[in-house]
Amino acid sequence: MQSLHITAALPEIFLALSACAALLLSAFVAPEKNGAPALWLAVAALLATALLAALGFGGAAGPAFHGMFTDDRPARVMKVAVCVFSAAAFIYGRHYNAALGIFTGEYYVLGMLAVTGMMVMCSAGHLLTLYLGLELMSLCLYAMIAYYRDGALASEAAMKYFVLGALASGMLLYGMSLLYGLTGALELQAVAAALRGGEAGAAHALAVVFIVAAVAFKLGAAPFHMWLPDVYHGAPVSTTAFLAAAPKIAAFALLFRLLAGGLEQLFAMWQQMLLLLALLSVAAGNLIAIAQSNFKRMLAYSAISHMGFLLFGASAGGAAGYAAALFYVLIYALMSLGAFGMVLRLSNGARECERLEDLKGLGARAPWSAFLLLILMLSMSGIPPTAGFFAKLSVIEALVQAGLVWAAVAAVLLAVIGAFYYLRVIKLMYFDSPDHDAGGAAAVPGAAFGVKLLLSFNALIIVAMLPWINALIALCRQVMLHFAGQA
Amino acid sequence: MIPLSHYLALGAALFALSMVGIFLNRKNVVILLMSIELLLLAVNINFVAFSHFLQDAAGQVFVFFILTVAAAESAIGLAILIVLFRSRRTINVDELESLKG
Repeated sequence: MQSLHITAALPEIFLALSACAALLLSAFVAPEKNGAPALWLAVAALLATALLAALGFGGAAGPAFHGMFTDDRPARVMKVAVCVFSAAAFIYGRHYNAALGIFTGEYYVLGMLAVTGMMVMCSAGHLLTLYLGLELMSLCLYAMIAYYRDGALASEAAMKYFVLGALASGMLLYGMSLLYGLTGALELQAVAAALRGGEAGAAHALAVVFIVAAVAFKLGAAPFHMWLPDVYHGAPVSTTAFLAAAPKIAAFALLFRLLAGGLEQLFAMWQQMLLLLALLSVAAGNLIAIAQSNFKRMLAYSAISHMGFLLFGASAGGAAGYAAALFYVLIYALMSLGAFGMVLRLSNGARECERLEDLKGLGARAPWSAFLLLILMLSMSGIPPTAGFFAKLSVIEALVQAGLVWAAVAAVLLAVIGAFYYLRVIKLMYFDSPDHDAGGAAAVPGAAFGVKLLLSFNALIIVAMLPWINALIALCRQVMLHFAGQA
Repeated sequence: MIPLSHYLALGAALFALSMVGIFLNRKNVVILLMSIELLLLAVNINFVAFSHFLQDAAGQVFVFFILTVAAAESAIGLAILIVLFRSRRTINVDELESLKG
């Protein structure tokens, strides 16, 4: 335990140094020319970081920096996903950023630092590391939204996200301070050890309430979801695509490190809260999404309902429950990245594809894009041959195994309601003709071949991963068993 | 000697005050930023009090980090505020309502 073991943080150190290099690059190259080199530097650095994290050059998994940092297998899985999804989001957003005039080096510096924060959260072994990782991520995200300075909606979204995000951080810190007072420890393993001995009282419940509320804020679970649709709608879509994938995995890491790691002994307490949040999120997300006419807002409410499913998985508890939640968040991030990637593909600087009507007749105008969006929508609604179905299945399986049959039934019923708005998108694309007077028949903008290829891969992998899906579920279960053995 | 509960009561009062400031304030975004600062300071009082009564310096080290992050946070908040004022010509909370649904 008492070792520095600095190589455990090698991926984070490498990414932070790359961000510094990108910052120098943006300082020395003229602003109108530094976008592309910074983008490719960011993508290369993120992929190299993913490789470093996957190979585990830090040596054997275990605590480092005197227990402040943990390089274990769940962390490695999450880090690889965070890096790869962020790199893809940057590539998707390239042309959109260029059209908006925000294709500059600093944007990617902020993105890389946000990813560093997420990776620190994935590996946190101490309340302080967790908090610093969270803030590094959040501060960069606020700035990335406000980066589109000419957009009135973007600055409003950034302000709302900033105020509510800071409020959530404050609640998290208040919960942490109570936890510190109760246990006298800040290291997560020491917190767990201190809780193992004593009785849980009202003060413990108070600390758990603050922490769970803050986690729900960061995930965007109802009733703490108010910021999410506004931010998804107002932010530049390139930022939304980034925001909708990797930070969800980081928010899961926050939940997992704090609740499953530090507060494991208070499981009975937080399980009830998570179940309530999950039920509210799935219900509110799916019902309100039906009323949306803006595609981005619809996807935001769909994100809320997906976070409800993730919370259902986590509240089942045990290695099976956490594994289901991890698998769910990985698949969700992939689908969400693809969906916003499609929005980016269909938008150009002058016209954003944001109203649902803009999708009318897409099947005839751009058959391949419509087909990719079809796969993404089917997967999000959880229809069988797609990965989204298996993600929902593993959550429901974990719920039934944990004896929470009522929750499983509620989850399935609400998911059926949710299928309506996903299928409506498919209906609009294939069975409706565009309104010519509203400019709905605008041509689909061209895109670089690489972007098309990556986007196609992103959508097709959701179906094509089918032969390996069991291996992926087994991997999630295995890393979580490893974690359960460690704690 | 002042007992721990007094410090905790002060922390809780400041925390509640800043929550009220965030949710009831309908006038000015700057007041929101001030409330956020107060929120973090309330947490700091808790940490320092616990740290003192537990005879453990780690809590005070945590406070240093919170103070630093709070400074960074207000810098970003004020920067967003300037961007917002440039595009809107107002920082009235009630008028920030173009995103709805």
